[in-house]
Formats: sequence, C-alpha cells, structure tokens
Amino acid sequence: MNTTIVAQLQRQFQDYIISLYQQGFLDNQFSELRKLQDEGTPDFVSEVVSLFFDDCAKLINNMSKSLERPENVDFKQVDSGVHQLKGSSSSVGARMVKNVCISFKECCDVQNREGCLRCLQQVDYEYKMLKTKLQDLFKLEQQILQAGGTIPQVDIN
Amino acid sequence: MGRETESQFHVLAVDDSLFDRKMIERLLQKSSCQVTTVDSGSKALEFLGLRTADESSHDPNATSTSPETHQEVEINLIITDYCMPGMTGYDLLKKVKESAAFKSIPVVIMSSENVPSRISRCLEEGAEEFFLKPVKLADLTKLKPHMMKTKLKKENEKLTKEENEVSKPEIKEDSTVIEILPLHQELESEQHEPMLSSNKRKAIEEVISTDRSRPKYNDITTSV
Repeated sequence: MNTTIVAQLQRQFQDYIISLYQQGFLDNQFSELRKLQDEGTPDFVSEVVSLFFDDCAKLINNMSKSLERPENVDFKQVDSGVHQLKGSSSSVGARMVKNVCISFKECCDVQNREGCLRCLQQVDYEYKMLKTKLQDLFKLEQQILQAGGTIPQVDIN
Repeated sequence: MGRETESQFHVLAVDDSLFDRKMIERLLQKSSCQVTTVDSGSKALEFLGLRTADESSHDPNATSTSPETHQEVEINLIITDYCMPGMTGYDLLKKVKESAAFKSIPVVIMSSENVPSRISRCLEEGAEEFFLKPVKLADLTKLKPHMMKTKLKKENEKLTKEENEVSKPEIKEDSTVIEILPLHQELESEQHEPMLSSNKRKAIEEVISTDRSRPKYNDITTSV
C-alpha cells in the first residue's frame, strides 16, 4: 500500500465532501446516512442514493405528465409526487432538491401551473447535478479502498 | 419449540415507500433489532395474525389462508409511517390498540410533516412516540425501554398460560376431538374459532407447534 497515494486520496475525499456540504448540496442528514454504513454494509449509502435518484427520475416523469395539459392538470398527483420527493430528499440529505420541493409544494397548493413547471425543471436540474457530484465522491471512495486505505469519517457540525 | 430466548428485539416496520422501508430497516438493524418490513397497514395486520390474506387483498386469484394456519409472531414494537394509502398509520394504531392480543405492543408513528394536532391525536390513541422524518439513529435509542417492557411482559404471560393449559384436561380446539363432544359443547367450541384474541388458542399454538416457520407473504422482507 502506497501510503502517500492513500493519504492524498483521503485528503481529496475529505475536501470534496466538505465542499459539497459548504456549497449546500448536502446537509447533515447525509452524514447521518453515512453512520448507517459499516463493514457489513459497505454499499448502503450508494444503494440508497441510487434508489433516491431512480425515484427522482420516475416522480419527475409522472409529474411532468400531470402538468402537461394546461386545461387538465392533476394537482393531486403532483402534490403526491412532491411530497414523496421532499421526503426522500430530506432522508438522504439532498438539500437543494429538498428546498426546491418546498417551493414546489407552495406552487402546487395554489394550483400555479407555471410555477410548478419551473420547480419541476429546477428539481430535475438539482437532482442530476447532485447525482454527478456523488458519483465523483463514490469514485474517490473506490480509489481509496483499491489503494488499500480506509474511508475517512467526516464530521459536519 | 421451546421458548426461544431471542436476545434481539423484533420490530415490524410499516411504510408504503420502498425508500423509507430501506432506511428504517437499516436504522433498526444498526440498533441491533431484527426487522420485518411491510408496505401497508393491512399487510401488517396480516403478519400479526389479525386478518386473513383474502381480507387484505382484493385479488380474486389469491389463495386464502385459513385462520387455523396463522402463526402468531413475537413483535416487540411496531413502527409505522402515518401517511399511507388505504389504511393510515393512525388507523393501524387504532386496530392494534383495539386488539386484546396486541394492544400491549408499543406503536411508534413516523411522519415527514410536523402537524401538532396529528401528533397529539396519535399519542392520545396510545402511540408511544411520534418521530419526525427523517428518523435518526439517536431517535431509535428511545425505543429500547418500550420494547423491554413488552418483552418481559410477554415472557411472563407465556409462563402463566402454559401452566393453565397443562392443568386443563379437555382440548376443545382439537378438531379431531370435536366430533365426539355432545352437541352443545361443539357449538361452544365453534364460537371460539374465529376469536384470534382468545388466549387459550395462543397458548395451544405455542405448545403444539414445534416449527415456528412463518407463512410466506409477498412484499414482506425479514432481515436480521
């Protein structure tokens, strides 16, 4: 094991994850999620995150359909989708996505179709953005493990 | 069978969202609990033995499970989401608390929405705790005392029931014996059949069954 390489990768990882918190992509709930991962369940976070992104894609697609025709918007369906999205983004620590959902719900409550469409677009952007960021993070993790190192615990408080 | 000395608590987690089920399952496992997850209130009741399969599903092709084959499982806590289609967590809470057999099981409600009236309603109906989602590991430490209480209580109940059963000579609920009973006694035993909350029945199943294998359900996962 090349300790220099491992140390470098670990520092990279640490800096990257801290930047994600600082830039507001992630909140404390993500670190709660990381606590649930251990040697017995090394893929827990990536699995849950993957489930979350799949959910996003599906829910966004359904809501898009409901919002499609201006004369016939199913706001109940949209509200249900936003509720689910808000819940799961909150559980995962996906801060930006969750925040958009809050505005999204407000638009839905007053049946503002235009507002909903804007929020839908924004939520689509945010989840995809986070997806690429986390993919990079998990890649770093893999590199550390392959180099024989351990993933640093990062405490965000 | 004997009495299984399970050192782990067994929690039944109810949530219609796959994502949330995965989360709560991991949280509970990390807290050293055995977990069974189901995706609806009706499946939860089915698992507990409070409802037959054909009452839960409206599928005409589903095979019905006869009441006699229901195994009663040892659950130390039920944790359920509040917002679920069909039966809400509140409805499930009520059904559990109305059941003589299961009202002692602590029930915890989870919700992503902080609605004070909702919270007090649930607590008034008998919920032990109300957790706001996302649930954290630290929240689950509050559950241990509730689960301890039930486990100890159940152990004591089983002890007294088995003692009672052994002292009674007649086994009315054994179907092969019913035929030879005089008519009025036969009618009596038939009335007892559907009452799943009958304590005698529970004790007999404990004594007779050597294999506590559970019936298979779809969409239910049990993990340790």
